[in-house]
Amino acid sequence: MTTVSMTVNGKAVSSDVEDRTLLVDFIREQLRLTGTHVGCDTSQCGACVVHVNGTAMKSCTMLAVSANDADITTIEGVANDDLHPMQKAFNDNHGLQCGFCTPGMIMSGIDMVNRYKAEGKKLDETAIRHELEGNICRCTGYHNIVKSISQAAGEM
Amino acid sequence: MHNTTYHKARNAADAASLLSGAEDGTLLAGGQTLIPTMKARLAAPTDLVDVSGASDMRGIIVSGNRVTIGAATTHAEVAGSSEIRAVCPSICDLAANIGDPAVRNRGTIGGSVANNDPAADYPAAMLALGATIQTNTREIAADEFFTGMFDTALDEGEIITGVSFTAPAKGAYAKFPNPASRYAMCGVFVASGDAGTRVAITGAGSDGVFRATDMEAALNSNFSASALDGLSVDAANMLSDIHGDSAYRANLVKVMAKRAVTGAG
Ligand SMILES: Cc1cc2nc3c(=O)[nH]c(=O)nc-3n(C[C@H](O)[C@H](O)[C@H](O)COP(=O)(O)OP(=O)(O)OC[C@H]3O[C@@H](n4cnc5c(N)ncnc54)[C@H](O)[C@@H]3O)c2cc1C
Ligand code: FES
Ligand code: FES
Repeated sequence: MTTVSMTVNGKAVSSDVEDRTLLVDFIREQLRLTGTHVGCDTSQCGACVVHVNGTAMKSCTMLAVSANDADITTIEGVANDDLHPMQKAFNDNHGLQCGFCTPGMIMSGIDMVNRYKAEGKKLDETAIRHELEGNICRCTGYHNIVKSISQAAGEM
Repeated sequence: MHNTTYHKARNAADAASLLSGAEDGTLLAGGQTLIPTMKARLAAPTDLVDVSGASDMRGIIVSGNRVTIGAATTHAEVAGSSEIRAVCPSICDLAANIGDPAVRNRGTIGGSVANNDPAADYPAAMLALGATIQTNTREIAADEFFTGMFDTALDEGEIITGVSFTAPAKGAYAKFPNPASRYAMCGVFVASGDAGTRVAITGAGSDGVFRATDMEAALNSNFSASALDGLSVDAANMLSDIHGDSAYRANLVKVMAKRAVTGAG
């Protein structure tokens, strides 16, 4: 067991975990933040994407102990009183059906918009599709997800 | 995942001593290969020594056209390095197409090179660029380093600290990604400079990354895609799996090699 401390959605948390505990299990089972999903065993689906110190990472492919002292944002932490522009865009554009992939899509979407803005690059449709390579959706066919991210990119 | 004991190494020497003190310890870098392997219980190290924050294994140094990349440098950092892009854009483009953004934010060049997955991208770059793999005990030429599928010249407990190479006058990497996994079905890195042309192929060979010396000879006398027209690739040395049989891969090697040569200009 190791004591880990981190900031999750602006709140300091600290807990004893087994060293093998995945960050996603820590988030879901200890912190009870179940918006972050687990969709695969193979690190491919992206349902578990969270932001670690501001960058998108797969919380299923990282140990909680590796995130000691980190600043984590999960899907529960992106809205203020209103929905985040990315959440609103998914709502406006019917960017989800069952919604299982959506938390990961939103976290990846926010990350790509922030990164392209910081680098002064244009996030066009081709770029969005390339950036979404690590997020799998079994329902939508991606088209409305791309539209959603595109709308949010204009509003963020 | 079986239980394990986690250690965070401050630097390479610290990592070496933590490893030697462990019963069955393994280095953990970005974890993008090792954690899925442990989750599948295909690996169960008693101890994990995390080198992702090892101070002397991180960062990028470009001096003239000599490039040195610390082993714990992430794919995203290589992809986004304007210093490397100024002298060797091909390796930045390669890094920008490994897996997906979240994988690139954690996966490292040292982990990729150490793992020597037969479908990984960096081994092709290292071999074509004639890179030197630096470890905590010695320097190993890429030609001696990659010794077969998932196999390298690293000794037990040896730690890659960085890689270095001279940027070629011309270079390009052409990858045909598996549409599901994004790993290379075939990836060809072509590098051409004062020392001649080197062509390295990943994803396709049945024994991992290899140099195509017949292509190198043809390109040394005429650096153009058409110089490869008359060559054939022996399907007997190619991987064959549900994604593509060996004849398909043999054809793909030639197609991607021509694209890489065209890309290198
Ligand atoms: C969804 C997905 C898609 C991917 N797609 C691609 C792709 O398209 N192309 C590609 O090339 N790769 C791909 N990868 C693999 C990715 O690039 C990994 O990051 C890389 O193979 C391993 O690097 P790592 O830092 O994550 O190493 P780890 O997983 O931490 O370690 C891998 C192995 O290397 C050893 N090791 C790590 N660092 C060192 C060191 N400094 N010295 C000695 N040994 C060391 C470890 O002990 C372990 O055995 C993908 C991975 C995922 C999950
Ligand atoms: S649950 Fe993390 S990638 Fe699928
Ligand atoms: S909306 Fe169902 S998986 Fe994407």
